[in-house]
Amino acid sequence: MSEMTYGAAIRSAIEWEMDRDPRVFIMGEDIGVYGGAFGVTMGMVDRFGKERVRDTPIAEEGIVGAGIGAALVGMRPIVEMQFSDFIMNAMDQVVNQAAKIHFMFGGRMSVPLVIRGPAGAGTGAAAQHSQSLEAWFHHVPGLKVIMPAFPDDARGLLLSAIRDPNPVVFFEHKLLYKLKGEVNETDEGLPFGRGIIRRYGAHATVVTYSLMVHRTLEAAEHLAKKGWDIEIIDLRSLVPMDVDLVVESVKRTGRLAICHEAVGRGGVGGEIAARVLESDAFDYLNSPLLRISGLNTPVPYSPPLEQAFMPSVDRIEQTLEAWLTQEVTSQ
Amino acid sequence: MTRSAAQPLPQASTLEESLRWLRIMLTIRRFDETIDELFAQGKVHGTTHLYIGEEAVATGVIAALQPGDVVTSTHRGHGHNIALGGDINAMMAELLGRETGYCRGFGGSMHIADQSLGNLGANGIVAGGLPIAVGAALGFQLQQQSQVVVAFSGDGALNEGAFHEAANLAAIWKLPVVFVVENNQYGMSGSVKEMFALGHLAERAAGYGIPATMVDGNDIFSVWEAAGQAIETARSGSGPSLIEAVTYRYKGHSKSDANRYRSREEIQQWRQRDPIDHLKEYLIANGADGSSLAQIQREVAQAVADALQFAESSPWPDPSMLEDAVYAKEDGTHV
Repeated sequence: MSEMTYGAAIRSAIEWEMDRDPRVFIMGEDIGVYGGAFGVTMGMVDRFGKERVRDTPIAEEGIVGAGIGAALVGMRPIVEMQFSDFIMNAMDQVVNQAAKIHFMFGGRMSVPLVIRGPAGAGTGAAAQHSQSLEAWFHHVPGLKVIMPAFPDDARGLLLSAIRDPNPVVFFEHKLLYKLKGEVNETDEGLPFGRGIIRRYGAHATVVTYSLMVHRTLEAAEHLAKKGWDIEIIDLRSLVPMDVDLVVESVKRTGRLAICHEAVGRGGVGGEIAARVLESDAFDYLNSPLLRISGLNTPVPYSPPLEQAFMPSVDRIEQTLEAWLTQEVTSQ
Repeated sequence: MTRSAAQPLPQASTLEESLRWLRIMLTIRRFDETIDELFAQGKVHGTTHLYIGEEAVATGVIAALQPGDVVTSTHRGHGHNIALGGDINAMMAELLGRETGYCRGFGGSMHIADQSLGNLGANGIVAGGLPIAVGAALGFQLQQQSQVVVAFSGDGALNEGAFHEAANLAAIWKLPVVFVVENNQYGMSGSVKEMFALGHLAERAAGYGIPATMVDGNDIFSVWEAAGQAIETARSGSGPSLIEAVTYRYKGHSKSDANRYRSREEIQQWRQRDPIDHLKEYLIANGADGSSLAQIQREVAQAVADALQFAESSPWPDPSMLEDAVYAKEDGTHV
């Protein structure tokens, strides 16, 4: 085990696979000598050369399409979207091509492609550089969607993403790049579709992922001092999703809250809620469910506005407390 | 531009090879005519895009490829797959939505492709295959292999952003890719005269630093020669080229097209320059026997009729396969 940042853990996974497998290469905007907009690929071009750490023009549709084509002739490309928002420029290639090739050609081809991108708000980058767009990709059959919250998960899940025969959309949160944690630098990838209980509790289940794992954990500590015992599930992988873990948890706690940074409307939270309501956990629910999410607005710029957009520790704590209290009084 | 029938065969092409081309072109035509009839009879659903009138382009370009080379195809892709040597039984079965089709009925007309023959996919999205072609060429370059990629598109694709990004990537990385633009004069109803401010579409390539040439797409020998040069340029590491093959589609864009944007006279004029008639005249002028050409035509008609019978007697796919078909469990069959 060694301590490293979330960003370094992602680099460690890419380098590990590039050392192990000559088919793996990475391309994107400013990933060479510049080291990537968030420094993830810093120094890699010196080690692997310009062919395998490939600077591209500003051409997201071309880059993603080139990744698909290279994958179809036996390579294992990783493409970096400088900001995950820019994947919007590549949507035809992601949604109409990569996601569907395996299916629409009757299983004759597969697209082992990783699309990485920094997601999320909190850096003052405003509406076009701060979004959490996972719901868009979660909605598309054929894509897998991964959103790690800790360095160790980021490394293990990225190893699995690179080895997966399907297109994987891998969202990294900008505010997590400098987060430090213990990382096992082994060859073992972390399987997709397995959530993890980050905190055990008896009064309510909060399902979350990415940056919001950290904020809900902090809020839960505050609530613990007031006598509330919150269970927190970090999904890590949205497609496939560990619905069983959520259902089992809700059956124990009797309450479900969902917290994500993405705007609430049409968000992944709605899907999580529906899956629980469709399950036998429905009979165990003691209260209405709760969603805590980004506001239904574009991400604003000014610090107080941006902070209001994202669920903060305070907002999460207060919302959960009001929900828990209301439930108790209404029972 | 068009070779006259009195000219000798191009040196590298034998009479035997030219007869093989004729068989392919006749197969493409008979196959798509049959599809047209099936739609008219209501025997197939969905939509389709027929290659009738453009047969010399796919046939001539693909004749210049070597084993291991690959193509990306388009929504009008039946001709490309037949020219690659595709199995018309599996193609017909796919069009009829049967389990024995190329895509087991998951794809239909716009997704018929034989990867084992180097077809990386027909594509329902205009220009969607172009970045993919460039990526395949990048893959070959990284693998230090000498394969070449041919990226087929129509004229309409040149106005898509994907073409711009793909062309630039191919040029800056000197990738072994040949863009073959099948200029059939219309993107659905949009005439090239209205949708381009260029005299010739090939001129657009200059903006990317890509050499380009324009050929008579109804003359298979011109197509074959131009493709051969571009493909060898790509194979030698000298980078991409673009070929504008000027041709015409006789049928509507798709089955719902009432041809309101063009005249009967225009279609008739192009039919006077039919690529198959042109090749036949040429073969006869160069010593082929008329009865052997008629024999090829009969064999092709029989093969397509057999394909239809195969498809019609094939089982429907089982819907229980659907959910399990979305994700690959292991790497697919790559070329």
